[in-house]
Amino acid sequence: MSERKQIQVPVMADLAARGETPEVLFWVGCAGAFDDRYKNVTRAFVRILEHVGTKYAVLGMEETCTGDPAKRAGNEFLFQMQAMTNIATFDGYGIKTIVTACPHCFNTIKNEYPALGGNYEVIHHSTFLQNLINEGKVKIAGGGEFKGKRITFHDSCYLGRANNIYEAPREVLAALDADLVEMKRSRANGLCCGAGGAQMWKEPEPGNKDINVERAEEAIGTGATIIASACPFCMTMMSDGVKSQNKEDSVQVFDIAELIAQAEGINA
Amino acid sequence: MVVALAGIGLFVWQIRKIVRNINMGRDKTISGDASQRLKALLLVAFGQQKMFKRPLPAVLHLFVYIGFLVINVELIEILIDGVFGTHRILGVLGPVYSVLMAINEVLGLLVIIACVIFLARRNLTKVPRLTRGPEMRAWPKMDANVILITEIVLMVALFAFNIADQKLAQLSGHQLAGAFPVSGLMVDLFGSDVNTMQVIAGIGWWVHIVGILAFMNYLPSSKHFHIITSFPNVYYSKLEPKGQFSNVESITHEIKAMLDPSYVVPPAPEGTDPQKFGAKDVEDLTWKQLLDSYTCTECGRCTSVCPANLTGKLLSPRKIVMDTRDRMEEKGESPLLFNPAHYGQESERVKVTEERTLLRGYVTPEELWACTTCNACVESCPVNINQLSTIIDLRRYLVLEESAAPASLNTMFNNIENNGAPWAFSPSDRFNWADDLYTVSKN
Repeated sequence: MSERKQIQVPVMADLAARGETPEVLFWVGCAGAFDDRYKNVTRAFVRILEHVGTKYAVLGMEETCTGDPAKRAGNEFLFQMQAMTNIATFDGYGIKTIVTACPHCFNTIKNEYPALGGNYEVIHHSTFLQNLINEGKVKIAGGGEFKGKRITFHDSCYLGRANNIYEAPREVLAALDADLVEMKRSRANGLCCGAGGAQMWKEPEPGNKDINVERAEEAIGTGATIIASACPFCMTMMSDGVKSQNKEDSVQVFDIAELIAQAEGINA
Repeated sequence: MVVALAGIGLFVWQIRKIVRNINMGRDKTISGDASQRLKALLLVAFGQQKMFKRPLPAVLHLFVYIGFLVINVELIEILIDGVFGTHRILGVLGPVYSVLMAINEVLGLLVIIACVIFLARRNLTKVPRLTRGPEMRAWPKMDANVILITEIVLMVALFAFNIADQKLAQLSGHQLAGAFPVSGLMVDLFGSDVNTMQVIAGIGWWVHIVGILAFMNYLPSSKHFHIITSFPNVYYSKLEPKGQFSNVESITHEIKAMLDPSYVVPPAPEGTDPQKFGAKDVEDLTWKQLLDSYTCTECGRCTSVCPANLTGKLLSPRKIVMDTRDRMEEKGESPLLFNPAHYGQESERVKVTEERTLLRGYVTPEELWACTTCNACVESCPVNINQLSTIIDLRRYLVLEESAAPASLNTMFNNIENNGAPWAFSPSDRFNWADDLYTVSKN
């Protein structure tokens, strides 16, 4: 039986008021909360969490920037202020495990919060989804609607080189039974989308080409009809790059969580 | 013996200068698992693991590297022979000596072949990463050619000595210790006159030994110094995930004191200015970052994979590392051959100021702001240099000391401070994504 059902996303403060603790805190991130395109990824991931019955919660309006863009831009003071605010929130709720779809939030909380006293198990959603698939909680019978479709995965720098996570997103995509093709520059040799290091918030320096255009050309060159990403900034940059090549009708950019939710038939 | 002592003495004197330069850097305790460090040392430094991302230069470089290690055994013999007036003293090793000599000769030939191909790649086919970029000025280009030609000359001298030595033995009816698979094929190359043979053997022997001592003293002025520094540099390379940027502890103390007036700020380590954030000049970098610059082989792998550089931006990670060394040698101790004039003209696009500091005097803000912090440079470096850490420290100085971030980044900082997000959205809208959220329940 399939039925359309509304989701009431559990908020940490409410759980705490009832004396409950979730298994994981889902850290949404600023892009996940505000970027119109990327909000779909947040929703898709929540649908997956509901689907598999994970006991989760979000911070809701208590969430604030991890400080990643400030730190990459050299504003260590602002970064640490943000980090300490967030650590106080996490510790106030006794949070132990955090899952997030944003590799920048993931890297910052996992690697840079410990020096400021914040120690948590931090999981990127690619690893989280990989585990759900391995445990059989997400089945995608027969590969779903992406079976045989040509998909290429664009590595996020902050997931790949920064944290050596290359296989998890690929194993997630393998569950779709699609035709996975690699770009020439992939895994440790992957080319940045151009957004990292706070470039997302500024115009590029003078040059002869935009980095996302260079990368989009490479992705389109594989003949893929879907570019899969696992990072909000990569998603924006790759989508814009595809548009610059006037290919937005034939090549689409999706997050791995969107593909899984769609293939599992839980989008509504 | 006098020559040998002079050569070694001069070298030690130069090394002391370099150690003093590296000690200009900030103290930083690099701790962590020694077994992990040894593993990196074995794989990356001794095993040249990261070179093999590009197989052709890796194999050729391997020839030169192994050649260097093995042929130096013969150097020991030459030094002993020279000092004590013996002749092929290690010949007492018998068959072991023969095998050693045979390996030496094969490697010597491979070194010559590799160096000739390397010269061709730099000067004929002009491989872009080896020839292009504002940092590839007159000196770095010449330096590379000097190294390759010197290595060829040293090998040729060794072969000349072996050829003449064999002919001399042949003429006098002696059995020469050792086996010579390469020079053995050319025994008659120089004719059969005893006097000529003695002169050629003498020249070959002296050119090899004096050449090596001279080359050793050229190292501190050259990128070839990596044959020494790459080992400690790899040993002390970063073990943390590449995405983890350093924490500025003085800021942590400042914020904690701000939040809690009773917090006692521990005294800053001696010789450091706790109030200075980021790096403006070489002494603001850590000793490891300075060692990085002494380890750079200027191979350009970092720049050739840099997304900013690939799309025509001014940033070149190699330039940042080379600038650091040039500035360090200008400000601190200079090696024998240091002379800024022979570095050649700076590119027109690099608009440095008169201010003689690493920031602005060498590295411009335009270069620094082009970085996406993607770590491709760090990943590509065969000797584990961390170009990104220097870029970030220079950015920190621009932002924290000069408030000189690009306007759009200042807007982003303001947004984070005021709204808790890098974009100008209201915090009260943060949870709107969860409104009217539906799924298909399959139970």
